[in-house]
Amino acid sequence: MLVQQLVNGLMLGGAYALVAIGYTLIFGVLNLLHLAHGEVFMVGAYVGLVLALAGFPPWATLGGAMLAAAVLGIVVERVAFRPVRNRGSHVTPLMTTIAVGLVLQHVVVKIFGAEPVAVPAPFASASLALGPVTLSTLQLLILGTSLALMALLELVLRSTPTGLAIRATAENPTVAGLLGINVSLAIVVTFAIASALAGAAGVLLAWNFTGLSPFFGVKVGLKGLAIMLLGGLGNVTGAMVGGLLVGVVEVLSVAYLASSYRDAFAFAVMILILLVRPTGLLGARLQIG
Amino acid sequence: MFSDHAVSILIFAGIDVIMALSFYLPASAGQLSAGQGGFMALGAYTSAYLTVYHQTPFPLALAAGGLIGGLVGLVVGFPALRLRGLYLVLVTFGFGEMVRVLFLNAPAFGGPAGFAGIPAATTIWYVLGLLALLIYFFMRVSGSRMGRAFAALRDDEAAAEAMGVNSTYVKLAAFATGGAIAGLGGALYAHYILFIDPEAFGVGRSLFVMLYAVFGGLASFWGAVAGATILSILPELLRWVKDWREIFYGLLVLMMMLVRPQGLLDPTLLARLSLRGERVAARG
Repeated sequence: MLVQQLVNGLMLGGAYALVAIGYTLIFGVLNLLHLAHGEVFMVGAYVGLVLALAGFPPWATLGGAMLAAAVLGIVVERVAFRPVRNRGSHVTPLMTTIAVGLVLQHVVVKIFGAEPVAVPAPFASASLALGPVTLSTLQLLILGTSLALMALLELVLRSTPTGLAIRATAENPTVAGLLGINVSLAIVVTFAIASALAGAAGVLLAWNFTGLSPFFGVKVGLKGLAIMLLGGLGNVTGAMVGGLLVGVVEVLSVAYLASSYRDAFAFAVMILILLVRPTGLLGARLQIG
Repeated sequence: MFSDHAVSILIFAGIDVIMALSFYLPASAGQLSAGQGGFMALGAYTSAYLTVYHQTPFPLALAAGGLIGGLVGLVVGFPALRLRGLYLVLVTFGFGEMVRVLFLNAPAFGGPAGFAGIPAATTIWYVLGLLALLIYFFMRVSGSRMGRAFAALRDDEAAAEAMGVNSTYVKLAAFATGGAIAGLGGALYAHYILFIDPEAFGVGRSLFVMLYAVFGGLASFWGAVAGATILSILPELLRWVKDWREIFYGLLVLMMMLVRPQGLLDPTLLARLSLRGERVAARG
């Protein structure tokens, strides 16, 4: 029973981690919060739904949603971040992204209606028994995809020129620019990667909950924020660990405590950890002034 | 003189201004709170509980709402002392969410079904009266020793400390007062709308409160007043676009923030309007 719950939690946490990684990447590079990230996630999920209904196989659904989300992320950077990057206070991008989030939410309401819609989950019936633990193919797919994407991200960040440019920009944009790194491009790429991961998480979580609504992004987006803090701002590994942790805590709290408190747990854990370790579990890679 | 509809728009706009001021006060000391909806919920539920179950006279219940907001503001202020900037924004986010979830799980307050049957007690005079008091208070504070301590803390905490500003005391005072103002706003809201549920005070509420103040500009409390007034009346002016309203609203806010990232009333404009211009301009 406990092992089964742990597996369920890991699956949920993997998808949460993908969202949180997006926040933390953008925060790491720009030192700014992207409050429309939850909406990018939600739009990704809807694109996935449209592709699935059009008869595309799951892998194409996932890929298409990631691509659409990446494009949307680049647009958001252009519209809501770049114009205010060096003007106004660090509160201004919070406001521009809230406005963008509002617009995205209501564009989706306009197209798909405000009511939740059902999402057909692929391979819903197949399952695999490992001793006391039953894994559905869907669960394996969700967990496997999120882990694979995280591994791929680590690889890109650690050992490609693009990853180096992103890390250098996160470290110090001015110096990175002086050393010949195209900082604006690095920021755009960061948004694209972060948003693609959010799009993937959107599809995976829509499969998991077999449903979707235009306000789906708000809750998951908040959880992503909490996880980012938990892992340490700007710390990608921290976001991965934090995501898995919050997924497990949430599932266990539903199983053994009151289920109506599930949404409070992520925040309770977050506040607790911040009070004890203000830089998050694994420490912030960047100090904020 | 006014139609009922116009009065209700004015009351909601007034409550939004009160909420924006509750955000502005700690923000003027550099403490950004994304949890004002949580304080508002506390004020709303406390006052409603008192008037419904204890038949407390409304003015007393209103004061109790403010008091609870202030006390909890003080409690939240303590951990907030260790945090700065976006960390504080995120932790206050978390605070607001936890308040929401607590009320969702409190059957005494109606839980997810909401709290109904609140007596109608808020009139336009309560709202305007409280607003007048608050504006008088802010005008007095902004030139006072405390107001200058707020500004000093916001601009440079280390320098302020070196000049003898007791940052712990000043920050706690700012946070608690902001919480109290939000609590008052919540009590007024509850006794006008007559039905409250936890979702009314969620993250969306807190973010909009923040948006009002930032939209108006953080250089002066007049910014919060202007921003909240404009943004809460804007949806009425956008009625003609029907169900494109939210999309228009979002686009307008976005464009405005891109044109004036520092908000509507920045120090230069304030100086030109000579709303105590010299001092504000000198600060900017």
